[in-house]
Amino acid sequence: MSLLEVTDLRVSFSTPDGVVRAVRGVSFEVDRGRTLGIVGESGSGKSVSTQTLMGLTPGATVSGRALFEGADLLTAGERRMRRIRGAEIGMIFQDPLSSLHPLYRVGRQIEEMIRAHEPDTGRDAARRRAVEMLGTVGIPQPARRAEEYPHQFSGGMRQRAMIAMALALNPKLIIADEPTTALDATVQAQILDLMRRLQREYDTALIMITHDLGVIADMADDVLVMYGGKAAEKARRRPLYYRPHHPYTKGLLQSTPSAAAGADRLRPIPGQPPSLIDIPSGCVFHPRCEYVMDRCVTDEPVLDPVTGDDDPTHVSACWLPLEALGLGEDAERLRRRAVEEGRVRARPAAAARGGAPEASGAVDATADGGDGGDTGAADRDGPAEGEDDGGTRGDGGAA
Amino acid sequence: MNGDASGQGDVLVAVDDVYKHFPIKQGIVFKKEIGRVHAVDGVDLQVRRGETLGIVGESGCGKSTLARCITGLHQVTAGRILFEGDDITRLGRAGLKAFRRDVQMIFQDPYGSLNPRRRVGSIIGDPFAVHSIAGGAERKRRVQELMELVGLNPEHYNRFPAEFSGGQRQRIGVARALALKPKLIVCDEPVSALDVSIQAQVINLLKDLQDELGLTYVFIAHDLSVVRYVSDRVAVMYLGKVAEAAEAEVLYGRPRHPYTAALLSAASIADPDEAERAERIVLTGDVPSPIEPPSGCRFHPRCPKAADRCVREDPPLVPREGDPPDHVTACHFPVEPGERLAHKHAAIAQVSTQPELPEAEE
Repeated sequence: MSLLEVTDLRVSFSTPDGVVRAVRGVSFEVDRGRTLGIVGESGSGKSVSTQTLMGLTPGATVSGRALFEGADLLTAGERRMRRIRGAEIGMIFQDPLSSLHPLYRVGRQIEEMIRAHEPDTGRDAARRRAVEMLGTVGIPQPARRAEEYPHQFSGGMRQRAMIAMALALNPKLIIADEPTTALDATVQAQILDLMRRLQREYDTALIMITHDLGVIADMADDVLVMYGGKAAEKARRRPLYYRPHHPYTKGLLQSTPSAAAGADRLRPIPGQPPSLIDIPSGCVFHPRCEYVMDRCVTDEPVLDPVTGDDDPTHVSACWLPLEALGLGEDAERLRRRAVEEGRVRARPAAAARGGAPEASGAVDATADGGDGGDTGAADRDGPAEGEDDGGTRGDGGAA
Repeated sequence: MNGDASGQGDVLVAVDDVYKHFPIKQGIVFKKEIGRVHAVDGVDLQVRRGETLGIVGESGCGKSTLARCITGLHQVTAGRILFEGDDITRLGRAGLKAFRRDVQMIFQDPYGSLNPRRRVGSIIGDPFAVHSIAGGAERKRRVQELMELVGLNPEHYNRFPAEFSGGQRQRIGVARALALKPKLIVCDEPVSALDVSIQAQVINLLKDLQDELGLTYVFIAHDLSVVRYVSDRVAVMYLGKVAEAAEAEVLYGRPRHPYTAALLSAASIADPDEAERAERIVLTGDVPSPIEPPSGCRFHPRCPKAADRCVREDPPLVPREGDPPDHVTACHFPVEPGERLAHKHAAIAQVSTQPELPEAEE
């Protein structure tokens, strides 16, 4: 059994505009000493799902199971959660300045956390451990820096202090939510290096949430790609980068400049991320997908194991043939054939687009977005998904 | 991009030994200057017509301040900025107004740079109003043309910024910058607030517009792969100075300054095999304070190659042995091809920048 096993997690929030279904059935697991990367854009549900595990989404409607060492986190009472947070599961957030209390000295904040969870530890002992932790994460002169306030630390130092705090009680699992997004490249490299080293040393499980495919390529053992509150694809690291199946994963890779190095042009995914109130019918990605077929509009795909990959954990939620893996020409041919067969209804615009995929440039791509999603939730009241889709395609194809 | 890659080209902007210092004052009545932030500290750069000059560097290196000096938003402390041969630091009111038609800026934050209470049409039409060009129906027609040019639906003329997504707001910013047909557009982190898939849309838009309208860009970003992708030439800044400048492919392929090498090695690569192969030069410590920059070469406290000379002498920004004339490096001991810096630590350590990291177990 894994350290953490999340099964069919669903989270929704009631808002005046309607019910926001932020997470819609996500399952994942992570073991000691391993790193799970969760990638997705804003609104994909990646942060909400982990915050829910920690009991940090008050007011949300939650269902599913999240077994941590066999006990369900989602049904645990507040007292038990308080014991788990910090001691068993540590958290590192994106913005260390808003996660550290501005009026308390850094050392004191770590010290208090130790004492809150271990009431038997004396003040001096807790202080010594706090200073020691600050030293471990590479803060120079830790005894002196422990007496300083968060504003006296640089961005990288603050993130180190956050890591020291997350590690102080030697948790079994660390959830890092965009831990390096606010940092410069050289500092990011230092922090990732530190996290890797400490993880190896303490045999911690790590969940790394980020939008940056570069960070994941460097850190994760397993990767979960999320889109519109669901898992689009899940695989070990290499298969995901080299043999992606889901068109969204492929699109992400092709719009990342460092992955597309050498390509003369980035290939952005047209359109905008979906509204989580009026979720598109069928596959949530279909309004932006270049391989959309008839059944994508009506049937919601489930995570199926892909075929022909040596990674048994590789699953993808897409109606394209399960052997169409990777960015190569063979896979592309398979996809095109499936799309031709899958489009029963006449879609002249879509067909034109299939004939000239290169033609969809940036300018045209937003014409898509302009029609489909610019006004956000307010404009998306029409349930006519098929029609909406047709219109969007038409714009792209006319390019 | 497709600009004049043949070599010199003709110079649109020449930044000539520019300094920008911000005084730090203390006291309530008699404000006494107690120090200066050396934000830009002697920069020489040239931007050629039709090209994209990328400027990279970490936060606090002065890249945004330099951009604001080039657009005339900051008065320089010393030095000259020549735009088509005219020194803009000495322009009068009328001259400045004309200059500001030719130079526009695109900002990082698509939320903060648009007035939320004004309609998109009037935001994009602002440059026409400021310069008293085209009124009434003519202005509306031109604004709608601009909206179409950047891929916005012209029918959304009367909407408010809040009704648009992040990527579309950035397009509004681009349309506004294009209104007066400028010669130079300074883009300050134009895509860093956007999601990856949307970021690619905006980058492609900027590239298309450059091809179509023959624009010149100064493109500032901290994301090295984005800069490589859009730029013809790249300048690397560190603590207010240019450390190295060269054609993009040359700089990324064969960096000479140890800081450039470290910066490039730190960039994350979205490719597991390459990420594993990459040898990381992990710099210790943080960027020193620009209030009292280190003596000699500013990078010496963190540099794996630093020697005594680096502490005493500030290296000039000149072509180093074996480099083409437009590849300039400010370093006494440039990195040789094939040289490995990954396992070296800073040779001349400062206490404050040399944290004691536990050693890796490998």
